[in-house]
Amino acid sequence: MDALTLIIDYLFSEMYLRAAGMTLLLTVVAMFFGMLAGLVIAVIQETGNKQLNYIVTTYIWFFRGTPALFQIIFIYNVLPEFGINLSSFMSGALALALHEGAYVSEIMRAGLQSVGKGQRNAARSVGMKEWQVMRHIILPQAIRVIIPPIGNQFIGMLKLSALVSVVAVEELLLVANQAASSNFLYLEALTAAGIYYLVFTTIFMYIQGHIEHWANGGYRPKTLVENAPDTKLIGRTEAR
Amino acid sequence: MSRDPNSSKRNIIEARNVFKSFGDLEVLKDVSLDIAKQETMVIVGPSGSGKSTLIRCFNLLEGIQSGEIRFEGNIIKNIDKDAWKRREEIGMVFQNFELFGHLTVLDNITLAPIVVKGLDKKDAQQKGMALLEKVKIPEKATAFPIELSGGQQQRVAIARSLAMEPKLMLYDEPTSALDPEMVKGVLEVIQQLSQEGMTSVVVTHEMGFARNVADRMVFMDHGRIQENSTADKFFNGQVSDRTRVFLDQILIH
Repeated sequence: MDALTLIIDYLFSEMYLRAAGMTLLLTVVAMFFGMLAGLVIAVIQETGNKQLNYIVTTYIWFFRGTPALFQIIFIYNVLPEFGINLSSFMSGALALALHEGAYVSEIMRAGLQSVGKGQRNAARSVGMKEWQVMRHIILPQAIRVIIPPIGNQFIGMLKLSALVSVVAVEELLLVANQAASSNFLYLEALTAAGIYYLVFTTIFMYIQGHIEHWANGGYRPKTLVENAPDTKLIGRTEAR
Repeated sequence: MSRDPNSSKRNIIEARNVFKSFGDLEVLKDVSLDIAKQETMVIVGPSGSGKSTLIRCFNLLEGIQSGEIRFEGNIIKNIDKDAWKRREEIGMVFQNFELFGHLTVLDNITLAPIVVKGLDKKDAQQKGMALLEKVKIPEKATAFPIELSGGQQQRVAIARSLAMEPKLMLYDEPTSALDPEMVKGVLEVIQQLSQEGMTSVVVTHEMGFARNVADRMVFMDHGRIQENSTADKFFNGQVSDRTRVFLDQILIH
């Protein structure tokens, strides 16, 4: 059997498909909870409660200051000593999410802060309540700032997820390694895994591009009143 | 200080002995000021004199340390959960326009009527278009703020405030960030509103404009009101020496 055939066999084997699914699941779950944690942290940092801020700062300090691999092994091996028994998937996902939260919080904070005091005050001056300012003025604009770096984090997480192979989660790298060590055909086994990573990365980038386009107003909000003068063409050309 | 019970029928804003500081820095010192309904007041003074801070206290973008400010006779001293109720009735135009960057011109104008007043979207848009006619840029309804010149942005900002049908308009150096050729259009809009009876407080350095629109002139320096007189007196030179020095300085330019 030549190498190409074996690679293709691997690509469509149940073992690889399952592993690829696991990698994708880990990435999405870790990013979802990581973003949630990041958003909560960012809002806490914005509101400025002292005690909460202290906790949050410690959290960021710890999870940015230690390797992700260390965090995975730590959660998998040390938490059971305190009676918390998590499956290897849960341990891996939890560690990755907590790790991610520390980084995402900074991104979220930058996003919230990108909307200046001026616009916030302008929104207040027309009678908006604080939550309305957040909902209608800050968040829609913060999202534009947040999306590109979050896209990067997604791609980063896809690759970071390979680390959980260390606690025996059957994701792509672990499965590829197992396949290779059974017949010593490393080129084929690893190439197949690499292809999956590249395909996922490409899809993520594609999706990111679309979301960015949408968030940047690639669409035009429907604002025209029927009897308004034909304004569609004017205004575009006379940019300052 | 004693207070004439009928004064709030005459005055929309009554400030009494207002003190405000940022940390150790006292920005308003014992400021008392009445703004009569339908009056146009122009506040001048060197930068750092407290004039912008004063008008930001009127619509509760800033709180005060002591004294009281009444709006239509009602005291509101500090920023609380109900601050929006007062802000809803007072329009404010900022030096740097502060349009909402993610919204079109028309959406900038209709957002608050829709989400604050619960106005129907169609009605809000119709009203918005009428306001754009008023500030003379209806053709920009679907443009985004970044596509407009500074003067156009400021006129949209005025329309955005007017959409809430305010009882009082505050202008915080509305032309200071504009290129010279843009200033006139914005001032014309403010003047027109003033002539239609909109109660207006304008912080500005444009003395020619002040002469045209002001009923009352206020000169502030070092957090205090140094001069508060009718425009006639003010421009006929019946002012204190301190005011005259300031006027000479800015009229040279």
